Amino acid sequence: MKKIIILSLALLMGGMLAAQETKQGNKLPSVNIKTLEGETFNIQNIDNDGNPILISFWALWCKPCKKELDAYNDNYEDWQEETGVKIYAVSIDDARSTAKVLPFVNGKSWEFDVLLDPNGDLKRALSVNMIPHTFILDGEGNIVYQHTSYYEGLEDEIFELVEKVAAGEDISGKH
Amino acid sequence: MIKRIFSTLAIILALSSMSVAQGFLGKSEVHGSFEVDGMYYHADDELGITEEDINGQTFGFNGFADIIYTLDNFSAGFRYEAYLPPIAGFERSLEGQGFPYLWASYTTDKFSFTIGNFYEQFGNGLTLRTYQEWTLGYDNSLNGARVTFEPVKGLLFKGVYGTQRYFWSKWEKNGRGIVKGIDGEINLNDVFSGMSDSKFRLILGGSAVSKYQSDQSLKYKMPTNVASFAGRFNMGIGKFNFSSEYAYKINDPSAINKYIYKPGDAFIFSGSYSTKGLGIYAQFKRIDNMSFKSDEAVTSNALDINFLPPLIEAHTYMLAAMYPYATQPNGEMGFQFEVTYKVPKKSKLGGKYGMGITVNYSQMNSIVKEIPNDTVAYVGQPGTMGWKSDFFKFGDEIYNRDLTIEVNKKFSRKFKSIFKYIYQEYNIDVMQGHTGDPNIKANIGIIDMTYKITSKKSIRWELQGLWTKEDKGDWAAALIEYTVSPHWFITIADQYNYGNKHAYERIHYYTGSFGYTLKTTRFALTYGRQREGVVCVGGVCRQVPASSGFYVTISSSF
Repeated sequence: MKKIIILSLALLMGGMLAAQETKQGNKLPSVNIKTLEGETFNIQNIDNDGNPILISFWALWCKPCKKELDAYNDNYEDWQEETGVKIYAVSIDDARSTAKVLPFVNGKSWEFDVLLDPNGDLKRALSVNMIPHTFILDGEGNIVYQHTSYYEGLEDEIFELVEKVAAGEDISGKH
Repeated sequence: MIKRIFSTLAIILALSSMSVAQGFLGKSEVHGSFEVDGMYYHADDELGITEEDINGQTFGFNGFADIIYTLDNFSAGFRYEAYLPPIAGFERSLEGQGFPYLWASYTTDKFSFTIGNFYEQFGNGLTLRTYQEWTLGYDNSLNGARVTFEPVKGLLFKGVYGTQRYFWSKWEKNGRGIVKGIDGEINLNDVFSGMSDSKFRLILGGSAVSKYQSDQSLKYKMPTNVASFAGRFNMGIGKFNFSSEYAYKINDPSAINKYIYKPGDAFIFSGSYSTKGLGIYAQFKRIDNMSFKSDEAVTSNALDINFLPPLIEAHTYMLAAMYPYATQPNGEMGFQFEVTYKVPKKSKLGGKYGMGITVNYSQMNSIVKEIPNDTVAYVGQPGTMGWKSDFFKFGDEIYNRDLTIEVNKKFSRKFKSIFKYIYQEYNIDVMQGHTGDPNIKANIGIIDMTYKITSKKSIRWELQGLWTKEDKGDWAAALIEYTVSPHWFITIADQYNYGNKHAYERIHYYTGSFGYTLKTTRFALTYGRQREGVVCVGGVCRQVPASSGFYVTISSSF
């Protein structure tokens, strides 16, 4: 019986991997999240004037997430100049540390927008399992790329993809 | 049962394949995720695990698949879970499989309506928080209905009604309780146009939650309706931000508080000052008899209606996480202070890239408990008012103390490092039930360095030490990790209890892992020894037994 389960799940995984190659863009769901100041707003209301958007899930306790965001921060000015991309870093820290995120982000001098998702509502609605998990949205708000995990140097690849999206290329089929 | 699993998995596969055919379905979208964690155990003489201990249970398997379907304003979904059997350290009651999470929802601009299972948090969670934490095997979702209403921007009302998940057990009439709650939040800057440009920002909120459970007790007269109320605010003035919440719960005798009739309360206050390059944070917290479960008889990690956020700094480095804090719902009181500072670039200390410094001090004590009146023989006597407690006095017992100093510095384009010193004092008697054992006082040192070999290949290594006279004595740990962006990682790590007073317990807990990531799919395989310990998320903990063997995890989103 266990063999059947493992086999079915392997098939499932294969199906999902195949599905990823030809996926059409999903849009952001209608979910309320908070700003660093505690104000509630709907994630569907984010807009970047037709330029790409990058949404990255992180938490204070996630080391690779902080490394990824440090890497994005180091390059943010250049990236914005070249592509107009806007980065939203969504913290899934629960009530233990929600109030700590604001002073932490300022202490780090991170330039991008940080949002709070303390009960994981957006994380759940976007089917995020493990963090870091990063999404790239095109100018029309379609999710065209997503990845999980962070390895040193990944930001270069992410930027290449953002450049392509800014130029209007379709990257949904690419690795 | 086999047929049932196979056919339901076939349905999941069909639905996921639908995502390929999305073009034909117009505006509808299907997406989801799944994770499979498997463990294979074998005997290990050094760890004291014999074949008899394993007793044929060589396998542990936790898995789930979660699907969401969206069409315009309508969405629906489910999660399938299987624990066949649960991995060691997870509740045995999780054994089995099924669909514990099933829901449908309709959302418009001003209003949303959900039926089925849902998760919700009011404020900081002191009155209500239902959530899921896969790594803990924790899920207290409400099954019923949820309504939200936003009549104007800045004013949000929520209402919930339902019964909570309890592993695989279906709700029965005289079983666990029914939970009802309402919450309102007003953002004064949005609602009052005169305030929209003000430097002063204010958000106010309040909630009321009650549970109904029939009186099944033969010994005590139990209140069938227990109500909990909370008020909160979040205030910003320029660079300062203050937030606070106070919750009050009427009498709620339960197995957790040993059936006392004392009401409970909880208070959190946080303040921060932030400007570019500097963040200062302070928090005060007090809890007195605030466990709130929908079944008075349950003591395991289940059926909590509210969430009591812990205050102590959470650690993820191997040795720093050895003594993690568990929230004490019957009474605790503490404070935390943290400063995050970025030494500017091009300064003497900062160097070319700047340097980050973080200093955090947190401490939790017991609360003072005294006999409330002459009819009570001792503090906490069941069937009485239990105790009275002076709000402003710290108790004598230290539950946990943590001083963390972290410096992180990038030396060059290729080389960066984190240096960390931690001093911990941990009350192992209260936290883990080691009655009579003294508080553990430990000094911990960590060095974590990363070297970028090429733009895609990188190597990271860690050296850690934990020095203490108590419990298991001194530890040393080392880790090396090699990564090739964007796909591969390989890691070797070892934790060595070299300072244990018993020679036979000076064991190496070694592990080797490797993994592969392709976009949102991650596969990781680990072989080695897991040290006995505690895994805590948000102050909720589960015990992890020592084990030896293989661990595989596959996770994906689509």
